[in-house]
Formats: sequence, structure tokens, C-alpha cells
Amino acid sequence: MQVLKSAAKHQVSITLNGVRRSGFAEPRTLLTDFLRHELGATGTHVGCEHGVCGACTIQLDGVPVRACLKLAVQVDGRDIKTVEGLASGSQMSALQLAFRKHHALQCGFCTAGILMSLDAFLAATPGASEQQIREMLSGHLCRCTGYTGIVDAAVEAAAAIRSTSSQAVKV
Amino acid sequence: MKPPPFDYVRPASFAEAASIIGEHGANARILAGGQSLVAMLNMRVARPQLLVDISRLDDANYIRVSHDDVAVGCTTSQRDLEHWPSLAADLPLVARALPWVGHEQTRSSGTVCGSIAHADPSSELPLCLSVMNGSVVVSSHGERRVMPARSFFTGMLQTACADHEVIEEVRFPRGDATVGSGFREVAMRHGDFAIVAIAVMARGDGLTIGVGGATDRPETCDWPVLEGSALTDALNDWAWSLDCQDDLHATASYRRKLIRSLGKLTIEEALQCRS
Repeated sequence: MQVLKSAAKHQVSITLNGVRRSGFAEPRTLLTDFLRHELGATGTHVGCEHGVCGACTIQLDGVPVRACLKLAVQVDGRDIKTVEGLASGSQMSALQLAFRKHHALQCGFCTAGILMSLDAFLAATPGASEQQIREMLSGHLCRCTGYTGIVDAAVEAAAAIRSTSSQAVKV
Repeated sequence: MKPPPFDYVRPASFAEAASIIGEHGANARILAGGQSLVAMLNMRVARPQLLVDISRLDDANYIRVSHDDVAVGCTTSQRDLEHWPSLAADLPLVARALPWVGHEQTRSSGTVCGSIAHADPSSELPLCLSVMNGSVVVSSHGERRVMPARSFFTGMLQTACADHEVIEEVRFPRGDATVGSGFREVAMRHGDFAIVAIAVMARGDGLTIGVGGATDRPETCDWPVLEGSALTDALNDWAWSLDCQDDLHATASYRRKLIRSLGKLTIEEALQCRS
């Protein structure tokens, strides 16, 4: 059992959006700062830094978590998905397309976190009701949109994901 | 803000974690889900010299059912308990309260025992454990101590767990269909800390009511089954007997008002779902 000393930087390796990445972090380095400053993945935003606003939400082994409440050294060896991993090449995901169509963002600060929550939530709960979507969104603060566009986009994306998965079953 | 510097260690077993805490005492802190501790580190309210990360310990991640209770290990997340198939049947009060604990995105990391250890006076799980008359198992140097929840919470973010001890598990007494339960809370928005939270368990011969967020710890009271003006009077007397606090979210007077109104609704809810 190795004690990681506070003053030293330690190697941290993760799978970021399917690609093996490594960097160095002090024990006190937050995952948000590791992603942004060490790995250059600036899609994850830093808001309140105490877990309230939801802007930094990412997927850790497929589950939405606050990156500002994780230490980089804690996630060594684990799988992380951020907003950069949603689109395949230049093709946006159904969720991203629905966000664009419904103007589900204005300033965009909260958007990356909301997309990462919804991406996991709709994959696990494709039949989600509007009420369930609103409850899930309570973990994210958006001060621009009033949430209406976000909810509309999420409802449409849920329908798109349902029809894609039912077509997949037919094939 | 960013955390102050600390050393970090990830032990391979619960016994190893407990031995490190036993050795370092107040200079070390357990990091489980981190949903309170890392926020406190970021705000520099907590300044440990050593963080002992137990978040990946499989030997402490369990939900074990015995004849009398359900034991939840110290790395089991709130999400794991929320999705446990027997939750509604065995721990109906916890099933009602868990959706109020933070948000889906924090319950995925936040642990049940961490919430008990943090002992925020307005948090839901310490309130439920107190109302259910559950217990907390703490461990130190291989010795275990079982403490009743009602004497475990000793003040604002304070518990009877000593610096050299670690919470190993919490035990929730199992419910049955003859016991009704109710849970309600008022917060600024869903998932925020409760201004007042009320939990009730109703049996055939009496009921237990608890309030969180009103004072510096969960408060509980055992009554016979009351109705009408007797219930209104009992709630009013109880609200005035508590040392309700003013803070930036609400006045003590508003908290007393919530105990009266929310208390009545929650008791009615518990009595109705009793079979």
C-alpha cells in the first residue's frame, strides 16, 4: 500500500472517451482540473466546485458523477466519458441534435454537464416521463433557459432513442 | 476553491483502512463517496493530513439482511441502496426518503454511511436511522462498538464516533406491512438541504415522529396514535420544546410552523399506508 505524498505529482492513467490517456496529478488535484489542465479536455466546465451546480458532471464507468468532487488520483485506471465523447466524428448524437433544435442552451455553461447526465439517464431509462426527466434535471442549474427547451429536447431525444433501439431489435 | 495539500492512500481492505485511522486519529479522514468531504476540502473547511480512500473497497460494499435488520456497509452508495430490490418491502421509510437525498448525480457516489458520519442536521438518512431506532457499528483496532442512532448524533456535524474509529456499517431495523411510514420535506429546491424534514413510523399502538433541519441534530419523539386536536396540540408543544434555529434560509418561527403543518400531513400519510 503506497502513500501518495502531497507535494509530489503522481501518474494517473484513465480511458477518456475510449482513448487511453495519462497525466500527472498531486493528491489534491480535482478530476475537473486534471481533465482540463493536464489532458486538455476543456469540454467539462467548472462551476461551483462543491457539487451543487452540476456543470462538471461526467460519466465514471458509465455513471454520472460530479468531477469536482473526485480527486484525479481516485480515478486511476477507470473509464471516463465527457462531452467530447458524445458525437461520432462530425455526427452529433440524437441528444445533441435535439438540444440544437429546441434551443436547449443559451450561454452553454451548464450544457456539458446536463448532456452527460441525460446521455446516461436516457440510455438506462429510454421510457422516461417528463416528470422523471425534470427530477433528474434538478441536479443541474441552468440560469438562462428556464429549462423548458432542455426538457423538450430530452423528451424528443428519449423518443429518438426508443425508436432507434426498437429498430435495432427488429433487425 | 481547491483543496489544501494532503497525503493520499488507498488501502486494500477495510481492516487496513481501520488500522490507518487507528494510527493517525484526527489527522486522517476516511474518503468514501466524497460528496460532503471533498466539498469541505474544496472550501478548506476540512484540512486533514491524510486521506484514506475506501471508495473501491469491495469487502465493505454490501447490503446484508438478517432476521431483525438490514446492514449497509461503509462503501455502499445511496444509489445502490435506492436500487436494492427489497428496499420498499424491508425499509419502506428509507425508500420514501432516499429520492430526497441530494440528486441522482450525487447519490451515485455518496454513501449511506458517509451521510451518517457527516451528520448534517438537515440530512435525511440520519433522521431515518434515528426514527427507526437503528444503530451504527464503529470499528477500531479490531474492536467493534454498536451505538444506537439516537445517541450517535451529538450536534452540528458531530457524532459519538471517536477520531480513531471508523464506521463499519449502519443497521436499519426491518419493517413489516403493519408499520406505516411517511416522509416529507421542504427545501429551497428538490435535492437541497431540508429546511425541515419529517419522518414518521406508525404502528398499531403508537407512532414515532422525527424532524431534521430544525435543530443541530435529528430529534425524535414517541407518541400514542393521536388524531384531531390532540395531534395538533402535541405537534405544537413539541415544536416549541425544540431549540429551533434561525439561519439564512428560514426563521425558527417558520421551522415551528413547518413542524406543525408538515408533521400533521406526514403522520396522516403514515397512518394511511399502515395495513
